[in-house]
Parts: sequence; C-alpha cells; structure tokens
Amino acid sequence: MTPATPAIRLTGLTKTFGAVRAVDDLDLDIAAGEFFSMLGPSGSGKTTVLRLIAGFELPTSGTVSLLGQDVTTRAPFDRDVNTVFQDYALFPHMSVLDNVSYGLRVRGMGKREREERARAALDAVALGGFGDRKPSQLSGGQRQRVALARATVVQPKVLLLDEPLGALDLKLREQMQVELKELQRSLGITFIFVTHDQEEALTLSDRIAVFNNGRIEQLGTPAEIYEAPASPFVASFVGTSNIFDETESREMLKLPGTNSIRPEKVTLHPPASTPAGGTISLEGTIAEVIYLGTSTRLLLELAGGKRLTVLEQNASSRSTGDRRAARVDARFAASDIVQLAAPA
Amino acid sequence: MRLSRIARVTLGTVAGVILALVYLPLMVVLVNSFSTSTNLTWPPPGFTLEWWGRAFRNAGALEAIATSTQVAVVATAISLLLGTLVSLALQRHSFFGRDAVSLLVILPIALPGIVTGIALNNAFRTILDVRLGLLTIIVAHATFCIVTVFNNVVARLRRMGTSLEEASADLGAGVWTTFRLVTFPQLRSALLAGGLLAFALSFDEIIVTTFTAGSGVTTLPIWILDNLFRPNQAPIVNVIAVVLVLVSIVPIYFAQRLAGAEQLQK
Repeated sequence: MTPATPAIRLTGLTKTFGAVRAVDDLDLDIAAGEFFSMLGPSGSGKTTVLRLIAGFELPTSGTVSLLGQDVTTRAPFDRDVNTVFQDYALFPHMSVLDNVSYGLRVRGMGKREREERARAALDAVALGGFGDRKPSQLSGGQRQRVALARATVVQPKVLLLDEPLGALDLKLREQMQVELKELQRSLGITFIFVTHDQEEALTLSDRIAVFNNGRIEQLGTPAEIYEAPASPFVASFVGTSNIFDETESREMLKLPGTNSIRPEKVTLHPPASTPAGGTISLEGTIAEVIYLGTSTRLLLELAGGKRLTVLEQNASSRSTGDRRAARVDARFAASDIVQLAAPA
Repeated sequence: MRLSRIARVTLGTVAGVILALVYLPLMVVLVNSFSTSTNLTWPPPGFTLEWWGRAFRNAGALEAIATSTQVAVVATAISLLLGTLVSLALQRHSFFGRDAVSLLVILPIALPGIVTGIALNNAFRTILDVRLGLLTIIVAHATFCIVTVFNNVVARLRRMGTSLEEASADLGAGVWTTFRLVTFPQLRSALLAGGLLAFALSFDEIIVTTFTAGSGVTTLPIWILDNLFRPNQAPIVNVIAVVLVLVSIVPIYFAQRLAGAEQLQK
C-alpha cells in the first residue's frame, strides 16, 4: 500500500430504491487515518453511502474500494470495516464481555485470548468492571461505549459510525465527542461519521461532505464549509446564514449573484454614526431579541421588509433592557460576504 | 378510564355469565368423572375413584393417548422446522410472490377442517397413493400447526429488526454463525410459544384426523367419540376428557406466560 492509496474510494456509486435515487453517481476518496464526516438532512443519502461501504446494500452501479481493493460485491463479514450502529445493536442475550469479544469469537480466537482483549477494549472505554452485565443493565452512554469497544476490538481498517451520538443527551454527547476524537487519534484508523448535526461535524472532522439529494453539495474542511459555503443549501444547513437573493444582492449589497453573510459577522451601531470604509451598512429596526446565554440573537427588520439575523456575543454584562423597536444600523465587512451562486 | 357503577356491574355480570357458560360444563365433566352413576345423571348420586382406575387400565385409551402424543410431537417438530424457515424467507428476503406465499402459509388455519380433511383424504388416496395412517395424520396436522409457529416467529423477527443480524455480519460472522449465535437465541421463546400452541392444536384435533387416519389408527379425540355413546364406557370417557383438557390447558398457559414475560422485558 502506498501512502497515496485512499482508505475508501467510491467511484460512480449509485443506489436506487424504486424510483428514488438515494445515492446519485458519487465519486469520493477518503484518506487513511482521516476523521471524515458525512453531513446532511435525513433522506440525503448519507446513511445509504455508509451501508454501501459496510456491505449491507449492493450498489445499483459503481464500485467501493477498500485500500485499493474492490470490495463492491463482498459480503459484510468479508470486509475489513466495522460499524457502530445508531441503535447500538448490542446482542441483548449476551453479556457485555461476550458482545465485545463476539468479533474475535467468530474469527476463531480462543476464549482466554479473546476475553483478555475484550477486557482491554472495555478498559479503554472506561467500562472495566462492566463485563458481566447485560446490555439492558447499562445506560445509553455506556451502551454507546460498548458498541465502540465491540467494533474497535477487531482492529478494522475503517470504522463506520451511523449517528452514534444521536440518542444521547447534550452533556453526554459533548463528552462522547471528545472521547471519539481521542479514540480516533490513539487508534489511528479511518473514521467515517454520519450525522445530521452540523455542530458535531464541525467539531470532530478533518473533512466534511455535505449531502443533499444523494449528491455531495460540498466537500472540504470544517472551516471551508463554514466560512465559504458553496451553495445556498450548504449556507443554510451548516450554521445560520442571511441569504440575499439576486434582487436583494443588487439593491442592498450592490453585488451580482446570490450572497450570504453569517449572523456573527454583523454588528449593530447607532444610526447616526458613520461606517468605516469597506463596510456595508443597512438600516433596520430590531424586531426580536432572543437571549441565548453566551450570546444574543437579534432579528432585524430592514427597510424594504427583509429580515436579518444578528448574533451578538455577550462579552460584558451589558444592559439587557428592552431593545425592541429600536432603530439601528447593521454593518458588516464586504470581505465577509460569501457568494453562493453566480448570476443566473 | 373510569366507568360508572352501573356499567361496571353490568359488564362484570355479562363477563361472569359468559365465562360460566364456557367453564361450567367442563366442571360437570370433571365432577362426573368421580360420579357413581354410569349414565351421567345429575346431581351425581355418589363419589368414586373407580372410573379413574379403570381408565388407566383401559388399553384402548392408553394406546390412543400414545398415538396422539406421537402425532403431536412429530407434527410440532415439522412445524418448528418449516415454520422457522418460511418465516425467515418471508421476513428477511424479498422475492416475487412473497405476499402470496405469506397468505398461503396462514390460510390452512382458517380453512374449514372438513374441507382440508376431504381434500387431503382425496390427495393421499387417489393422487399420491399413500396408505392412510400415522404418517398421513402427521402431515395433515403439520399443515395447520405451521401457522402458529409462523405467526410467532414472524412477529418476533419483525420486532427484532435487522440490525442485530447486520451487526453480527459486520463483525465477521457468516450466515450460519449469525443464525446460531444471534437469530436463534432471539427466537427461542417465540419457538417455544409457537411449538406449545402447535402441540395443543394437534393433540385435540378431530375433523381433519377423521379423514386422514384410516382404519387402523385411533387418536385420543377419535377414541372419545367412538366410546362416548357406549353406556359402560361413558364414565371412562369423562376421565379421558378431563385428562385431555389438562393436557391442552398446560401448554396454552405456558405459551401465554412466555408471551407475557417477553412483553414485560421490552
């Protein structure tokens, strides 16, 4: 294997269910050791791609290669990839230890050795003393860890994670995000992570593919995806964006095409002050103020009826008096505007 | 939901009357099996254990019990095997005519026994040229015993979903290993419940049996029918009837408890 060989290569991958093209002519390389996220709304095809890589579905056309080897028609048990399922899919009739050692058992490893390795894997996810319990006796977060241990103990080349944190509450999810990232670094294997949570994808990934209608809308690093969304879909799905259509762009921004500005790039000023050079200033009225703790979200009604979302950091405990109906100028640097589409 | 007093009393009475209608005659049979009267007069003139003793020395009755047990055990075994296989095929794979096969598998339990009986009798004798006997009864019973196994297993497979089997395959287990280590353990209680029902169904079946038994073989229900109207046998028939009720109730009771326990676990 040369360093250039991708862990996963998908070429012309297509999967149709009846008349629906769930995955539409997809080409994608995922590098070895990468933390790669597939982000998209439900029905965008991201989970189907994962299932095609795992081998649970056969593609309608196209190929799946694992480390340079075509595995398109191989059965799931004949591929060096493992999956952490959304519902964990722990075997309810087996103890935690038997669950974790299952992959080693079906490979014919002796009882003593496989249990030793399974214990080590359980230690690695901080579940050392839980081997004798049944999955039903564990909490959601603990089951999640068992599923991780079970999939990693067989040392796959690629680990597939299907919305693994979806069922956990916020605190636990944030904690598991950190653990996942650490686990990926220490194992050094490729993680392919499916999620509909854009924040999760931004936090964890080396690269993100944003899925829509069975196609990749944009592929890039979290910063590229967030700072330079390539389409209106990406701009509104990843984070919040103020999108100006062609007419609005022409009239308000004096720019061609469709453009967008992130709410946190906009600052509010008293109407009388003069804007700095290279700044766009739009007059408006504050319609709604939503306090979010670390920040405040304001909804502005601009002249002409367009609404603009503005995000203010609550850096100092400024007065939180009722600012609704106040007249303000919303300003942002012209360089922060992202063009989403060229003029039609 | 809160019910008014009148509604509760009315519904309670109706339920009580219906249950009494079903179970009082069975109690009469039980009581009669200890009665000194030979022609089932009511109320019983006295108490005796004679009929119970005679019943257990009656060669015809004992033979009939043995035959019925044999039929029920083999028919249940066949149903478990075929029922599980067809459930897996219909629930885990899609193919042309799947819905039709699903309906055809369930249909035998809804068909009138007399139709099934005549049809099988015809097929065995004229088309297949098989002598009627133990084997034909077993095959006939298996046609409808499969349904209880099928229903239980299909319901379990549906509830179980496919992710456990996918997880097993994902971890490197082949098809057979996955069935042995994951699918079968999940099906075990459904198979037990379905098998117990199949056994009970076969053990007291009479209509289809009448048409497929031929002359040499007597199952327990047939023996009862044959002996019911012989005056000196009537009390023994009562004893056998009580035994039959017990043998039928016990599997149903356990099948119900299994289903209940499964639900609690969920």
